[in-house]
Amino acid sequence: MDVAALTQKFPRTQSQKSIDMPTFAVANDELAEIVQYLRDSQGFDLLADLCGIDWPDRSPRFGVVIHLLSTTNKEYIRLHAACDNDAVPSVSSIHPGANWHEREAYDMFGIKFTGHPDPRRILMWESYPYHPLRKEFPLAGIEVPLPAADVAAVTGQNVEPAPMMGGPFVSHGGHMSGGEPQALDQSWNEEKPKA
Amino acid sequence: MKTTKEISLGDIAARSEELRGENMTLNMGPSHPATHGVLRLSLELDGDKVIKCDPVIGYLHRGDEKIAENMTYNQFVPYTDRLDYLAPLANNVAYAIAVERLAGLKMPERCEAIRVACCEMARISSHLLGLGVYAMDTGAWTVFMYTFNEREKLYTLFEELTGARFTTSYTRIGGLTRDLPEGWLQRVETFCDGVLKTIDEVDRLLTRNGIFLERTEGVAPISKELALAYGLTGPNLRASGVPFDLRKDKPYSGYEKYEFDIPVGTKGDCFDRYLVRMEEVRQSVRILRQVIKTMPGGAWYAEDAKKIFLPPKAKVMTKMEELIQNFMLVTEGPQIPAGEVYFEAENPKGSLGFYIVSNGGGVPYRLRIRGPSFVSLSILPAIVPGNFLTDIASILGSLDFVMGECDR
Repeated sequence: MDVAALTQKFPRTQSQKSIDMPTFAVANDELAEIVQYLRDSQGFDLLADLCGIDWPDRSPRFGVVIHLLSTTNKEYIRLHAACDNDAVPSVSSIHPGANWHEREAYDMFGIKFTGHPDPRRILMWESYPYHPLRKEFPLAGIEVPLPAADVAAVTGQNVEPAPMMGGPFVSHGGHMSGGEPQALDQSWNEEKPKA
Repeated sequence: MKTTKEISLGDIAARSEELRGENMTLNMGPSHPATHGVLRLSLELDGDKVIKCDPVIGYLHRGDEKIAENMTYNQFVPYTDRLDYLAPLANNVAYAIAVERLAGLKMPERCEAIRVACCEMARISSHLLGLGVYAMDTGAWTVFMYTFNEREKLYTLFEELTGARFTTSYTRIGGLTRDLPEGWLQRVETFCDGVLKTIDEVDRLLTRNGIFLERTEGVAPISKELALAYGLTGPNLRASGVPFDLRKDKPYSGYEKYEFDIPVGTKGDCFDRYLVRMEEVRQSVRILRQVIKTMPGGAWYAEDAKKIFLPPKAKVMTKMEELIQNFMLVTEGPQIPAGEVYFEAENPKGSLGFYIVSNGGGVPYRLRIRGPSFVSLSILPAIVPGNFLTDIASILGSLDFVMGECDR
């Protein structure tokens, strides 16, 4: 990787110290151009990873981290871009594989990718109101209305509890022995009279 | 007098347009045997031809990345088992190496060799499942029984090594949970002989099998360019003709010491992906044999790992120093320096990447998991349209994905 070539061509790019690979902080509006340049002129032909990161006390708050891989020169490069107004240019027209990664970053952090062909959520459902990987989102989750009204009508419940019961984070007292976290639903337990 | 009515081509086109009807939307999954887990494909069909495929994922989303931000580095090890749950040992190793790079730890040779053995056994285990299930998807039930038989032997070995068949959690940051059991390497050697025989048998059952060829050859070819554009890795990338393997090109854990070949496909169709996996099993056996032959002695954990490992229980109960150490590790976690690291390991399904940002302390600030299955599935909208509905089982099986890693 010719580090000088990149900083010369894009003077706003800053090299950063890193323990494992060349790392650059790139200007938000130049991100797509730089990824294109790296693919076409420097051989970084595979987008290994793209993810968001949340820094609540920084401004701008969100960042996007891209790891590119060159299958010919066998090397990685890392790009950091800050999200001005929570938005960053999409690179999915350059690397179609970025499409899903960007959808995930939008889903988890609410980062908008300008020019993204399909800006939907990917892991959560479309009407989900939160972005769960933001730092203020609680680990145990927040109850939200069920996405489907007909399901709510049948179950008689408007909310679906986050599936945390019995998980490693929820333990509740009562008759259960040894303080082991256990499932809330005890219908299998013999202590409960059978219907 | 003969009367013939001439039918113009335009008429035929108009009539077939009349018969065409509307497209049908079909939901395949989330619970369908061919989707290997909870994957839903929202398909648009014209007859039985797929014209649009929109994968819907997230049914197995557990928020592993969020969970990781809320626990210490040591506590996250069991969660890595549940990413690619068909090759938990390989995930354990990938995670451990990522954190070790961040912490600047160097592993002793014995530890690295054991990890290589673990990774290759995980690869064999994952590919045996992949091949068996793939044969089943394409209509050959027997192969599945053959490969699962071998897999069972592998699980017995895993159980002996780690104490668990499935959720191994064998590596620790800075080493392993324990050393090899006595005589274990010989039993792995015996397994190696057996698995080669099974692979030869599978070879004879499938590779020239007319029905299997019909279902796989020329189906959903992925060109070199497309594979790179979508970021495919592992066997799926190599089947498309890109000779890239992290074990060779970015060696970690001492892979540079072993001799092995990288199988590469030419057309990138389902059949090539099958062939690449078959050959990878043989190459893994080759690596395993070298590991067994050259297994170095010495420590199986790093000297510096004492800052990360819990001290031996007997000492915790009798020595003040160790008691304090134990307390600090359990309450605050191992102290990892601030920084960021991205490490990818060549896992059976592709490159499993961990991107860790640390602000110092015992808990990662951000831990991103790059699952190869997530990437493999993202190519579906590009390769499935144009194929028949029945080919989908064949295409999905050939990509060999696992939803635990896709949804995380």
